[in-house]
Amino acid sequence: MGEGCQEAVELLYHYIDGELTEERRVLIQRHLDDCPPCLEAFDFEVELRVVISQRCRERVPDKLQQRIAEAIAELELSSE
Amino acid sequence: MADPAQFTDLTMEFMPSLYTAALRMTRNPSDAEDLVQETYLKAYRAFERFQEGTNLKAWLYRILTNTFINTYRAKKRRPQESDIEDVESLYLYRNLGGLAGSREGRSAEDEVLDHITESEVKEAIEALPEQFRMAVLLGDVEGFSYKEIAEILDVPIGTVMSRLHRGRRALQTRLYEFGRQRGLVAEREGTTHG
Repeated sequence: MGEGCQEAVELLYHYIDGELTEERRVLIQRHLDDCPPCLEAFDFEVELRVVISQRCRERVPDKLQQRIAEAIAELELSSE
Repeated sequence: MADPAQFTDLTMEFMPSLYTAALRMTRNPSDAEDLVQETYLKAYRAFERFQEGTNLKAWLYRILTNTFINTYRAKKRRPQESDIEDVESLYLYRNLGGLAGSREGRSAEDEVLDHITESEVKEAIEALPEQFRMAVLLGDVEGFSYKEIAEILDVPIGTVMSRLHRGRRALQTRLYEFGRQRGLVAEREGTTHG
């Protein structure tokens, strides 16, 4: 694993999170263009992020939605 | 200044994601429902103080997390949670054999991603110690920026990054464990690249 790889892995999350300065982002991007193993690793992390975000969603129970709507309606009435 | 008459129209779309976060935080549907309801009522009462044009979703999350920390966590009186063991970056990927050399076709790593179930993801998130769990929920599930998470949790950005990055790695060790238990991944002796 070369120096460029090490730096890329260190900045992996900052890169994926879109939290790098433009200058550093370009440096990492250039490394990824030249380094298929790092690119694959980055792609894996990006896909994992999607899996985590999509596979933990909940549907709001109807009764909760109703309960909240009613509670707000009551507050609205009492403030008029 | 925000108009209370618009409150419902503007905030209802966020209920699914607030409820998702509430359930992962409380780990209990009945507490999660109460937490979301309380969040909406507090938000309604405070809505006139909401600065129009600023991030409404982040504002609601701040109320949600504060309410959780002050009410539900206190109620449980859980002891101060311990730290988590830190592991290397790319833990899951490395342990699935990534970085180990060139391969052809669809890789074992991608197969594992396909097979991770909803209940495994939920369980892995809920198993994280609370401070890491909240950072991961806000960052990875909801996509808030470091700065937004810092404002929601009222902690410095450095703390956000540390909790987020370590929480992610801990989540990966748990997912790897699930994969191993289900026989999706083979035991490995270590990796060669890196």
